[in-house]
Amino acid sequence: MNLNATLFVQMIVFFILAWFSMRFIWPPIVKALDERAKKIADGLAAAERGKQDLELATKRSSDTLRAGKEKYAELVVQAEKQAIQIIEDAKAQAKVEADRIILGGRAAAAHEMTQAKEALRDQVAVLAVIGAERILRREIDAKVHAKLLETIRQEL
Amino acid sequence: MEEAAATQGTTAGEYINHHMVHFNSIGKAQTDIFDLSVINFDTVFFSLALGLLTIFLLARAARRATSGVPGRCQAAVEILVEMVADQAKSMIHSEQSRRFVAPLALTVFVWIFLMNAMDLLPVDLLPWLWAGAYKVAGADPSHAYMRVLPTADLNGAMGLSISVLLICIWYNIKIKGFGGWMHELFSAPFGAHWALAPFNFAMQIIEFVAKTFSHGMRLFGNMFAGELIFMLIALLGGMAALSAGGLLLVLGHIIAGTAWAIFHILIITLQAFVFMMLTLVYIGQAHESH
Repeated sequence: MNLNATLFVQMIVFFILAWFSMRFIWPPIVKALDERAKKIADGLAAAERGKQDLELATKRSSDTLRAGKEKYAELVVQAEKQAIQIIEDAKAQAKVEADRIILGGRAAAAHEMTQAKEALRDQVAVLAVIGAERILRREIDAKVHAKLLETIRQEL
Repeated sequence: MEEAAATQGTTAGEYINHHMVHFNSIGKAQTDIFDLSVINFDTVFFSLALGLLTIFLLARAARRATSGVPGRCQAAVEILVEMVADQAKSMIHSEQSRRFVAPLALTVFVWIFLMNAMDLLPVDLLPWLWAGAYKVAGADPSHAYMRVLPTADLNGAMGLSISVLLICIWYNIKIKGFGGWMHELFSAPFGAHWALAPFNFAMQIIEFVAKTFSHGMRLFGNMFAGELIFMLIALLGGMAALSAGGLLLVLGHIIAGTAWAIFHILIITLQAFVFMMLTLVYIGQAHESH
């Protein structure tokens, strides 16, 4: 329990150690700690940002999906409409065609009927002339009575 | 070892006294209370060796320090650094001062812890080896003095606390200016008045002296008492050869030695921590004006 020069040696050692620690030990450790703290902070921020991005992407994808579904439904409706339209058009066209054919048929029938009537009339006229000839025989001169015969034929 | 001491015919008093003498430059116990011509080689050697070990361990961690995943060594040092940095931050508000004071506090803590930890070595181990070395060298082993605990040497403990005092004075002057500090010395704590100046100054001087003494003495007292109790416990085993109930004494030595050593783990850590905290508190006070 006596004091001696050791006291001062101890003080010198103390200051050398303190200086060394300040110069070489403390700064790199504190630097590493700060850097790690920053890294962790950055990582947490990145994770937060990633979460937000994910939320955004989810929202966007669901939006796109919804839009796609709407478009699809619209297309289906449109296609149905178009199909109906095509059917309607076809029906209308078919009706027109049918009318035309019917009309054509009717015209042809009418024409044939007229022709038949004409032919029948001719034949009746001929028959009438023949009949008249048979009745009158000589009395009627075809040349002289051509005008008359023609008139009769017209009246038939 | 204790048996050896006992069978050599030394009494308990002689055993303790022999342990109390330093390996110093005069080769025998110092008689004057303050003698600058004497130097304790053992204290210097062990404090220097443990100081180098301190900075070696810390520097190793510092050199390998990465901001990535830390290893165990690095994590352990980082825990210490964080602890010291937090304490320093709460007590010293100057960022610039902290750059010196915080690493100082870290070094003080680890260094004092290691020096105190020398107490956990068997109390006779190193002195016994030292005596053996004397014998080999052909010298008288009864003059082989060795104290392994630098903080149980008043020089070791007071050297630290006086160093802290010098740092406090340095910061007083640095922060307040020499004039400002002088003004504070003579005007606090009672107030700036010419009649009160001597009392103020006296109080300030008493404060500085008391702080420094209590700082160093607390560490010294704890470690000295701890060392002494280890010696007494060692005597318990040493007495075993001399008495009939020797086995009981050996048992007592084992139980008491174990209990005290385990308790001492707390004491050496606590004393190192207390010394570091007081260092920070005193330097922090040097930054504050009254």
